[in-house]
Amino acid sequence: MTGFIIRRILIVIPTLLGVTIVIFSMLAITPGDPAELLLGERANQEALESMREYLGLKKPLYVQYGLFLKRVIRLDLGETIWTREKVSKEISERFPATIELALVAMIISSLLGITLGIISATKQYSWFDYGSMLGSLVGVSMPVFWLGLMFMLLFSLTLGWFPMSGRIGVETDLTVVTNFYVLDAILMRNWGGLKDALMHLALPALALSTIPLAIVARMTRSSMLEVLRQDYIKTARAKGLSETKIVLKHALRNGLIPVVTVVGLQFGILMGGAILTETVFAWPGIGKWLFDGVVKRDYMVIQGGTLLVATTFVVVNLIVDVLYAVINPRISVK
Amino acid sequence: MSENTSQRSSLWARVTDPDTRHPFFDQIEKLFKNRTAVVGLIIISIFALAALFAPVISPYDPNENSLYDQLKQPAWHSEGSTKNLLGTDDLGRDMLSRLIYGARVSLTLGIVSVGIAFLCGSILGAVSGYYKGWPDNLIMRLMDIILAFPHILLAIVIVAYLGPGLRNAMIAIGIINVPRFARIIRASVLEEYEKDYVTAARAVGAGNRRIIFNAIFPNCLAPIIVQASLGFGAAILDAAGLSFLGLGAQPPLSEWGAMIAQGRSMILRAWWVMTFPGIAILLAVLGFNLLGDGLRDALDPRLRD
Repeated sequence: MTGFIIRRILIVIPTLLGVTIVIFSMLAITPGDPAELLLGERANQEALESMREYLGLKKPLYVQYGLFLKRVIRLDLGETIWTREKVSKEISERFPATIELALVAMIISSLLGITLGIISATKQYSWFDYGSMLGSLVGVSMPVFWLGLMFMLLFSLTLGWFPMSGRIGVETDLTVVTNFYVLDAILMRNWGGLKDALMHLALPALALSTIPLAIVARMTRSSMLEVLRQDYIKTARAKGLSETKIVLKHALRNGLIPVVTVVGLQFGILMGGAILTETVFAWPGIGKWLFDGVVKRDYMVIQGGTLLVATTFVVVNLIVDVLYAVINPRISVK
Repeated sequence: MSENTSQRSSLWARVTDPDTRHPFFDQIEKLFKNRTAVVGLIIISIFALAALFAPVISPYDPNENSLYDQLKQPAWHSEGSTKNLLGTDDLGRDMLSRLIYGARVSLTLGIVSVGIAFLCGSILGAVSGYYKGWPDNLIMRLMDIILAFPHILLAIVIVAYLGPGLRNAMIAIGIINVPRFARIIRASVLEEYEKDYVTAARAVGAGNRRIIFNAIFPNCLAPIIVQASLGFGAAILDAAGLSFLGLGAQPPLSEWGAMIAQGRSMILRAWWVMTFPGIAILLAVLGFNLLGDGLRDALDPRLRD
């Protein structure tokens, strides 16, 4: 087990190095002077010269990469072109918003997906089963940004149930401590603020959860179907246990093992998918920030944002793999 | 004469008789018995026909502006008219015609990007699985790096550096899908490598390239076809997302994702400008996913999840 975990962690190192090489070489192969790309067109000669020095542009490419890597390891991601703010500072302000959104979307999709999957598996080939499996196929085929806009049109513009965009209303007073607004509101016992934060979260989280919800439901169904065919379930039935007890206590425990992996992997995908959802709902997270960076050709933002999202994705996948090994002892035999 | 008839009937028997026909027709029959696949195939055919005959069936030129027909409601509305069945956009362009031409863009884009992914993925995967050792390690680590980026993020970044546009969007989506094909082919090649027919091919003196592409490759096709169908849907979805962000198709090209972006600003005044392109994307992607699922059941039951 320990051996597996150590080996798994070691594999991450070359992958992360690869990620930095990709991000580094993107700038290197983009036509134009990298110093000018990073400083913007308005930069003066002096600034350009010092940026060239800083990037080591006169040195060979591998030295430039080494310098880049050194800066990344020290978490020095430079300054943005447009706001002249430290990239690391902008990230620390926006990252919690993305994590909050992804977490809520993940909670919605796991709870609903697992429930739908279990019911479908226990009632295989029923109308409910066909309906939810067709629903999940529609779910994975859904353009999420469009669904978000439809939610907005229906639930906020027409029915007025939810706010249209943003993280919190202008009139709401919320002391920001952790930048996770829901947590901040609870810490400050600001119940009005909590309600407002949750109302703002509802639509983007619901839209973002569609695809993972569909995937989790399908995965739970097939995994439960497989478990329900096992001998030990027959034994449980023969003992005369109630069907609810068999499904929820005996089958679910094994049936959920592969689902855990899927849920975990979805979390990483949610972080990337948030780019579209955050843009639609003007959610001030990493996704929207990164997209704005792309539009303004702010290469510092693109570099920093990509590095952050890719690293998070790799680390989350690592955690999922390790967790999988912990809850599924069979894997360590391999 | 009678000889001719018997020849023809034997040809017919080669297609219909389950005992003597080529296994290929077994698969086709299985596919047509699979309801999911048939529904998917019907949806895709409708879109494909619309794309092929777009100039014939679309009522108007998709880029024809008309100042007098701005934001006309769909036909079933009180103010709508049968002249523009699905209404018009803010420039007075006919929505239905734009949707039909949009099918052209989306299908072309699917073919090109899946083509890129298929070609590069097949070669890399086959080399990886056949030669093993360091080429395998190198290629698979490279694939891991591509997979280390969340799906659409990498496409966005690639387009951000290459510059926005449909061509670059297709390249980006092709690149991000290479690892999926490479991994599938590698796994199949590894499995087939051990079989007797490969040994036999080597014994009769076939070269590596011949063994990979003439002997092993045709036997790995089932999972690739499944992946191609699912990948097609995913490519349409990703491209729509890129175009929605303004990084893919550029105006005035009638692309579904770009149409949604355009309709977003008049979400309250004209819901139909934004709604119909979304439904078109949903249906087209659903068609490919249904076909992919059906193909998986028919061709390769091992892959069923």
